[in-house]
Amino acid sequence: MEIAVNKGAEKDMVTVNVTVRYFAILRDQRGAASEQLSTEAASLSELYDSLATTHGFSLKQDQLRVAVNDSFVDWREQLSEGAQVVFIPPVAGG
Amino acid sequence: MFKFAAEKIEIEPLKKSLEDDRAGAVVCFEGIVRNHNEGKAVVALEYEAYETLGVTEAEKILAEASTNFGILNAVCVHRVGELKVGDMAVFVAVCSAHRHEAYQASRYIIDEIKTRLPIWKKETYAGGSSSWVNCQHLNNAAACHSEASHGHK
Repeated sequence: MEIAVNKGAEKDMVTVNVTVRYFAILRDQRGAASEQLSTEAASLSELYDSLATTHGFSLKQDQLRVAVNDSFVDWREQLSEGAQVVFIPPVAGG
Repeated sequence: MFKFAAEKIEIEPLKKSLEDDRAGAVVCFEGIVRNHNEGKAVVALEYEAYETLGVTEAEKILAEASTNFGILNAVCVHRVGELKVGDMAVFVAVCSAHRHEAYQASRYIIDEIKTRLPIWKKETYAGGSSSWVNCQHLNNAAACHSEASHGHK
């Protein structure tokens, strides 16, 4: 029996350091306003899923928007070194 | 001009900033904290904002209003921090040559602010419980984005 080893996927794993800021319900659930972390997540989407599992966030990704370095971005965007990431819960201004 | 304010909104300086001899109309909107929401008695609330992104997005909204309706100028201030019933949460003022476009732009600005700015509202209810508005319908994503049950204060 052959053992499949996905070398390609491993080679693509890159660790980046990012800062995540939390607001409102996410800050309450995380118990912190921000954190710095090293992640191998391939996208913002993956990063949220991983943090949501770790910290038990109640909001699903499709309820949120995401911003990097103070601009709204697409969930599929890759993480860049030093990025400041903010997950944006449903808003209620006005 | 858009800004967040941690203290009571003073409207006279804002209206003064709109003075323009070409303007025949100034429309002002004040959003006030009301004492109930979705059938619950609200005693206090707290606004929290992601201010850097909020200012950028709000300036876009004001520019859109200017382009879309041909107004002369617009200002908006949104509170952050703790507010009580009766406090002003948001102020929008628009000036234009004639009233029609000022009314339209005012409506556009407040509607867009409510759906686009990264601002969150935590309500405290009679009895002491509290919740982040729009974030509690955990099993229904659509409900979280709905404005239907949140008429303006």
